[in-house]
Formats: sequence, C-alpha cells, structure tokens
Amino acid sequence: MLPLSLRMLARDWRAGELRILALALVVAVASVTSVGFFSDRVRQALTQEAHQLLGADLLLHADHPWRREVREEIARRGLALAENVTFISMARRGDLAQLASVKAVSRGYPLRGKLRVAPMLNAPDADTDAVPAPGSVWVDERMAIALGAAVGETIELGKARLTVAAIVTLEPDRGVSFFNLAPRLMMHVDDIPATGLVQTGSRISYALLAAGESKAVAAFEAWAEPQLGRGESLQSLSNARPEIRASLDRAQKFIGLTAMLAVILAGVSVSLATRRYSLRHLDGYAVMRCFGATQSRLFALFAAEFGALGVIACALGCIAGYFAQFVIAGFVAGLMAVPLPQPSLLPALQGFAIGIVLLLGFALPPLLQLKDVPALRVIRREVGPPRQSALIAYAAGFAAIGALLIWQAGEMRLGLIVVGGFALAIVVFGTVAFGALALISRGAGAASLAWRHGLANLARRAKTNTVQIVALSLGLTAILLLTFTRGDLLDTWRSKLPADAPNRFIINIQPEQRAPLLGFFRDNGIALPAVYSMVRGRYVARNGAPIDAAQFDQRSRRMVEREFNLSSMEALPEHNRIVAGRQFNAEDRARGALSVEEGIAQSLGWKIGDRLSWQVAGQTFTAPIVSIRKLDWDSMRVNFFVIATPGLLANAPTSFITSFHLPAAQTAFTNRLSQRYPNVTVVDMSAILHQVQGMMEQVIRAVQFVFLFALGAGILVLYSALLATQDERMQEAAVMRALGATRAQVLASQRAEFIALGLIAGALAAAGSTAIGYAIAVFVFQFAYQVNTWIWIVGPALGLACVAINAIAGARSALRRPPILALREL
Amino acid sequence: MDNKVAPIITALGLSKIVPSGDEMLAILQDIRLEVMPGEALAVVGASGSGKSTLLGLLAGLDVPSAGSVKLDGQDLFSLDEDGRARLRAQLLGFVFQSFQLLPALNAQENVMLPLELAGNAGAAELALAMLNRVGLGERLRHYPKHLSGGEQQRVALARAFVMQPKLLLADEPTGNLDAATGADVIDLMFELNAERGTTLVLVTHDEMLARRCTRQIRLAGGRVVGG
Repeated sequence: MLPLSLRMLARDWRAGELRILALALVVAVASVTSVGFFSDRVRQALTQEAHQLLGADLLLHADHPWRREVREEIARRGLALAENVTFISMARRGDLAQLASVKAVSRGYPLRGKLRVAPMLNAPDADTDAVPAPGSVWVDERMAIALGAAVGETIELGKARLTVAAIVTLEPDRGVSFFNLAPRLMMHVDDIPATGLVQTGSRISYALLAAGESKAVAAFEAWAEPQLGRGESLQSLSNARPEIRASLDRAQKFIGLTAMLAVILAGVSVSLATRRYSLRHLDGYAVMRCFGATQSRLFALFAAEFGALGVIACALGCIAGYFAQFVIAGFVAGLMAVPLPQPSLLPALQGFAIGIVLLLGFALPPLLQLKDVPALRVIRREVGPPRQSALIAYAAGFAAIGALLIWQAGEMRLGLIVVGGFALAIVVFGTVAFGALALISRGAGAASLAWRHGLANLARRAKTNTVQIVALSLGLTAILLLTFTRGDLLDTWRSKLPADAPNRFIINIQPEQRAPLLGFFRDNGIALPAVYSMVRGRYVARNGAPIDAAQFDQRSRRMVEREFNLSSMEALPEHNRIVAGRQFNAEDRARGALSVEEGIAQSLGWKIGDRLSWQVAGQTFTAPIVSIRKLDWDSMRVNFFVIATPGLLANAPTSFITSFHLPAAQTAFTNRLSQRYPNVTVVDMSAILHQVQGMMEQVIRAVQFVFLFALGAGILVLYSALLATQDERMQEAAVMRALGATRAQVLASQRAEFIALGLIAGALAAAGSTAIGYAIAVFVFQFAYQVNTWIWIVGPALGLACVAINAIAGARSALRRPPILALREL
Repeated sequence: MDNKVAPIITALGLSKIVPSGDEMLAILQDIRLEVMPGEALAVVGASGSGKSTLLGLLAGLDVPSAGSVKLDGQDLFSLDEDGRARLRAQLLGFVFQSFQLLPALNAQENVMLPLELAGNAGAAELALAMLNRVGLGERLRHYPKHLSGGEQQRVALARAFVMQPKLLLADEPTGNLDAATGADVIDLMFELNAERGTTLVLVTHDEMLARRCTRQIRLAGGRVVGG
C-alpha cells in the first residue's frame, strides 16, 4: 500500500496540489527547530558561563578553613581542586593607603574561565593560566592608581612586602556585585601567613573550587551537601549577571513567541490547503469507491500519503532549522563568554513532533471528511460529504498544538496567551465578519446592478466568505504584527536603556556629604542624580517567628545569611512598578511600612501583610509589607529589594548611593570627585552598560531574523486563503461569461465583493494586531504600549491590495479564454 | 454450470423513497429486473424518472428503501458498504456522464488507478495496452484538461475495461458529447463490449443509443412502464 501512497504523493505533488501544505509544514518546523536549537545552545552556554562565573563547577564557601577530609574527597573523586581566601585589608605604599579586597589564590585558580592580565597599566591584556607567584601580587587598575603602584613597585599588606607583578583586568568569577567593592589585590595563598592578617575573629571567606566530569561533580556534590556544617555552603550555579540573564530571557521569550506565531499560522495554512485538497478530491475519492476501494483502505492510502509528505516536510524543516540557527546564533554569539556548544537533538525531535501534530490536527479533519464521501457522488454531484462541526474538528488540533508549543517554549503563560489569543481571534473575527457581511448585503439595495450582484454574493456565500475573511485577517494580523507592532515593541524595549542611561554608581556617601556632593555636581554642570539612603540590616523574623536559615533552599539561604541593603523613602521610585499592594500612604509613613521586590518575596515566601523584623545596628524594628514591586534590573538604576518608610530607619547608620550618567568627554569629573571625597567609591559601569546595550542590539537582530519565519507563514496563510476560493470564482466568472455578461460586468461584480472582503479583513487585522501587541507589551514584557494609528490605514489597504491582486488574477484567467475552456477545467 | 444461465443482475421489489418536505417522495417503486450475461440493456426515460437512482442501486452505491439486488448471485444489500465495494471491484466497470477522470493524473495514470487499487503489479503495461486499444496511445501523458470531451470519455472507457469487468454500468455516457463524438465513443464501447463479452447496462436519453442495445426498459414516475 505504501508504494501506491508514495505514487499518489508524487502525482499530487506534480499537480501542485500539496505545495502550500508542504511549505507551511517546512516553515513551521524550521521556525520551531531553529529557535529550539538556538535556545538549547544558549542554555548550554549559560550553564558553562555560570560555571565560569563561579570559576569552578562547584564552589564551597566557609567562614573558616576547610577540613582536610573535604579536600581529600575532591581529590579522591578525580576532580581538579583549587582554593582561594578572601578578606578586606588595608594595603599601603609609602604614605598612601587603600582598602583592598584581597584574594589569595592557589595554583590552578580559576578552574573554569580565565584570568586576564596586562603587563602594565593601559597595556593590552591577555588570558593567563598562571596565578601570582609567591612574593608577588597582581592588582587591578583602581588599586594601582590609588597607591600609585606601577608594576615592579613594592606594596605592604599586613607584615608582608609584596611586589606588583601585573595588572589584573578580568576575573571571571568576580561578577557585578559592586556593593562593598574595594579594589582588588590578588596574591598567592602561600603568602597569607607572612601577612599576619589571618587571626581568630578576622572576617575571612575560604573557598574550595572543584571541577571535572559532570557525573563526578554531581556525585561529590551529593556527598558534600549533607556534610555541610555551620558557616559552610555549596554553590553549583551562579546567579550572577542578572542584567544579562534578564535580557536573554526576554529575547528568548520574544523569539519563542515569534516561532509560536509561525507555527499557528502554518496550522491555518495547512488547514486551508487540506480543505482545498479534499474539496478537489471529492470526485476522485468517489470514483475510487466505485472501483471498489473500501473506505478504510482509501483512508489508509490518503493517510499514508499525507504521513509521507509530513515526514519529508518535517525532515526538510529540521534541516532548514538547523542551518537557520547558525544565523541566529551568529547574531548573539558575542553575548556569551564561552563559545556556543553544539545543540542537542531534542529541538529536532520537538520540531518533528510539532510538524506531525500540525498535520494531524489540521489536515486530519478535512481528510476524515473525505473518507465519508458517498460513492453515489459519481452520478449525483449534489451528494457531498456529511457536514461536520469545524469547531469540534479543529479543537483537538488546537489543543495538541497548544500543548506542544507550551512544551517547546517551556512557558505556560506566554503559550496560553498566544494559543488562546489565536482561538479567540478566530471566534471574534468570524463573528464580526459574518455580521458585517449580512449588514453590507442588506444595505446594497440602492447600488448598481453589478454592485448589487456582488454584494448579494457576500451573503449568499456567507460561510465561505467568513472563512476567507478569518483566514485573510489572520494572515494580515501576523504581517501587521510583524511589521508595525514589532517595530513599536522593539523601539520601546530599546528605549528602556537610552543612550544616557546611568553609567556610574557612587556608593558610601556619608549623610553630611550628601548636600555638598550635589553641589559639586551642579558646579560641574552635571545633572543632579537621585540619591538614595542605604542601611545595612539583617532579616531576623517573619510574623514574630525567628528566621532559621536552614529552612530555605541554598540560594535563599545565602540571601538571609547576608545583610540586606535597605533604603528608606517617602514614596516608591517611579521606575519601580507596584504589582501588588499600594504606594506608601500617610498612615504607612506614620506607623512604618515596607515594600519588597517580587522575586525576593517569592524566594523567601513574603506576602502582603507579613510583618518582617529587621536588625539594624543592634536595634530591631518590625513593619508590615504593604506593596510588592517589580524592578527593571537592566535599567542600570539604583534598585533595592526592601524599601522602608523613613521613620523606621531614622536612627540607623546610613550612607547614600546614587547612579548617574557621565558623558564620555567628562571622565575627569570622577577623578575630581574622588579627590574631593576620598571616602566615596565611584564604580564605573560603562563597560557593563555597553555590554548590555550591545547585547540588546544583537538580540534584536536575532529576533528580527526569526520574525522572517512568521512573516513567511503569514504570507502562506494569505496565499492559501485566497487560493481557497479561487476555483469557485473562476467558475462563477466563466458561468457569467457564458450567460452573456461582459468582461466589465464580471469584473465589477467581483470588485464589489472583493472590496468588501478586503476592507473587513484589513480592519479586523488592524484591530487584532493592535490588541495582540498591547497584550504582549503589557502582560508579557511589561512595557507601556503606544497605539500606532497608521496601522488602521495600512491594514485595510493591505487587505484590499491582497484581495484585488487575487481577484484580478483569478478573473483574468477566467476571462482570457472562451468560457467553455474555463468551465471544462473546473 | 448454473452461472451460464443465471442472470447476472436480479432486482426484486426495488424501491427508493426519500423525504421531501413533509411528504415522502417515491423515486423508484417496486422495480423487478433481470439482466442476463452478455446482454446490453438500455434504461430510458425522462429526467427525474429514476434512471440514475436505479443505476446507483444496481451498483450498490446507494441503499434501497425496500427490495433486493443480486449481482452474479450475491445479495448486494446483505453486505456492508465495504463488502459492496469489494464486490464492485470484482464485477463492475463504470462510465460516467461527466467522465470523472482525476484531474491531477494523466491519461495513463487514470487508467492505472483501479489496477493499482487492486494491487495489480502490471498496471502501467495494461493501461498502455488499453489506451492503445482506444486510440490514445499517443496521449498517455496528457492531463484531462488537455483532452477533448471525446478523448476524456475514451480514457474513461479504457479505465472501465482495463479491469475486465463482467458488468459495465454507463450513466449517460454521451450526455456531455456532441452527436458525432458521442457516436464514435458508443461505437468503441460496443466494440469493447463485444470483444470482452461484458454485460452492459446503460442509462440514456439518447433513443439512437438505446436502440443499439439488445433490450430496453422505460421508466416513468419511478416505475417500469415499458420494455
């Protein structure tokens, strides 16, 4: 049977009956797999990068030296081992002193990622596998400048005298946590005793780094986890670089959404193409029944034909997707600190599954209908297949595709919005189109004969026309969404990080320095930044119950063990969005209240109304949570997890923090600022900012590339929607000609119908894309959405143009030849 | 031995009644009919007299309201739809007024189709021979839309006879053809019928065509009114 099915496939292909269907499948599968392959590579790369950010596959922290047995276990399991010890101390050179963040490292550090060093200040840097030799130190640029210590000079650390051997420019595991950031001094771990700085009571962090084969790492982690004692913790993945993760997450959402759109549009194409296929095969099917083919055999033949087509198209789609992902990956490769790994096979399987389900879900209902064609049709043309409810027929297909897309995108909310939005759009478009057709045809009484005929046709073929309008509107919606709305969304995203986004942070501003510092800004002609108070506080109780760090998972535990940076304000900053609760009111300010960040509230189980207790400089205060805020981590502005009303922190030791934009031409300002206020620390974020901005552009290019798939799918929908009624229109034109209508009359009657169809579809598409754009902007990406009025002109115009081109092409081919020829072909 | 003298078609008390608005409409009433092997029977009558319905029932394409049909001794309506399809595959060939060629298939493929459905391995050669026989050996690769009406009906005849059916059912085979082309097609049909000893039942308006058959029955108002 399969050979016959394959022959049927070859014949139908040659006759051009299956091309749209195959193309739609290829586009859908290619779109899903390219995005899948890409996401898979990014996921793997992020994991690798996260290890670089740890400097290891596994990091063990302790506030005391690690026991010998832990080191031995690491070695016993064949894992590479390195260690580092970090503490804060004062470094001196002559009269100059600078607080240094000291990191003493052993040979082999870091086990993942590489250090970069330069032989002197402002010289080009390069990767190195070495660490500072005993007796020498590497310092970062700020330290070198602060101490005026060039390479070759000697500095003092505690009792030790160490020679500066290189300028360290990059530590993969340093991250961007810049609070308490002192300039770096890196030394060899063997030199620690000589400094005499490590004594009982010193605040020192001891880290063991382990790396190796992932199974061995996992096995060691499983062994070590239950052994952890007080003050010990274990970290296997880093959550550093939140701003890059946020942007990548958002990019992947964007890309995934686009792929989904392509799949659903392809589904519409598949459904329209199969519908046309089965209509054109009704007679052939009946004839084969006459020849004695049984229903089940015929169905099996057609199913095998479509199955073979599906397998071939899906395979082609996977191959196309594999190559397309190279292009996407090329756009974003620069974002990753590690080269993108080869993708796994899973995305190909997902793409294949989606292609097959697409085919089953959307091609099966029309094919099943074919199965029920009575053989009697060969002598009685009016006998057609029994009608079935399209809604029921496609519901299963929609549900299956929806489930697969959600599986593929890995995100329920976005998947539901897209799939649900599409289903809703079909129902709304259908209802509006049907109503509009009825209204227009009723109002056609006063028009000319040709217009009356054309408009009457609208209602006469109400069902077919509704289907066509819905399909046209869907195709046009996609195209408008991907041209107009896409541009608007991307612009909005871009504008979140404008060219004048803050690029410097100033921390450790003392209360009495606040006013003079602002004066200093004014005197130097730099816009006054918003200054926020900052108080260090420890989270001690929730609703009266003391906090036990052990009850939290690892990540949350680290949060509660550290001190929080609390701030106090009269009102929450404008760039914070309140997602639950309210802005501080007068009563809150009088009684004391807290506002917390959404993510940390989730991690620590905080809810509105919870009363949190904090210990600040030995004093404890308690206040209720009155709001939960969402923060833009990629905005480069000062953000706080916890904000209190001013009264709560009035007596706490407070410093201030601000961020501001320093134009590139005024870098001397920071030097003057540091000289005037030596105790404050200016952190230059411009490198990170550039990275984020560059990343956004790269991601936008990648997203735009994926848009091409959805655009292709949208155009296919348009084409198949127009093709769906072409046979009927050609036949009608031929019949009218046979009955003596002039070419002008034929064209005029079709014109009336097409103008109405095109305008309705275009207007619906404009409404649809605006609504979807709004939903995506507001609910998914949390942008404020700006309505584009042009869409209301371009949408209907585009609808009109599509339908007009189709009408002219269809009517032409019917008008060009004698009616008998046109009729015979149908 | 019995088969030689037994009728190839036996219809008894055949009726088809369908609802029409509030009433029941009798399209066929109590038809009794026997067709012997090798016979050529013409069913004539005005439009709406029930000719096509009778043909559909004789082929098992439709089910009667009452009565029975035996094809080559097999009770057609004791079989289910698939059983009837298998019986058609064994016994019947069809020729239709509107030719019913598959537009996506060329002439040869159209003739091959019933052979392929029956799993015949030599489909291409048999179809080629049959198309040569109907004078279309030069037009094997032509698609229906590039063939004239007469040529399309010749392809349809080739398709019907290539299966060597015992019984050929023809529904207005000349209905879509002009007189001269129709006459050619009919000549060909009778030649093939004679060559292969096929039994022929044809429904027609065409009195000339009807007279070439060995026997005629006339339908009016769903009843046999003359023979």
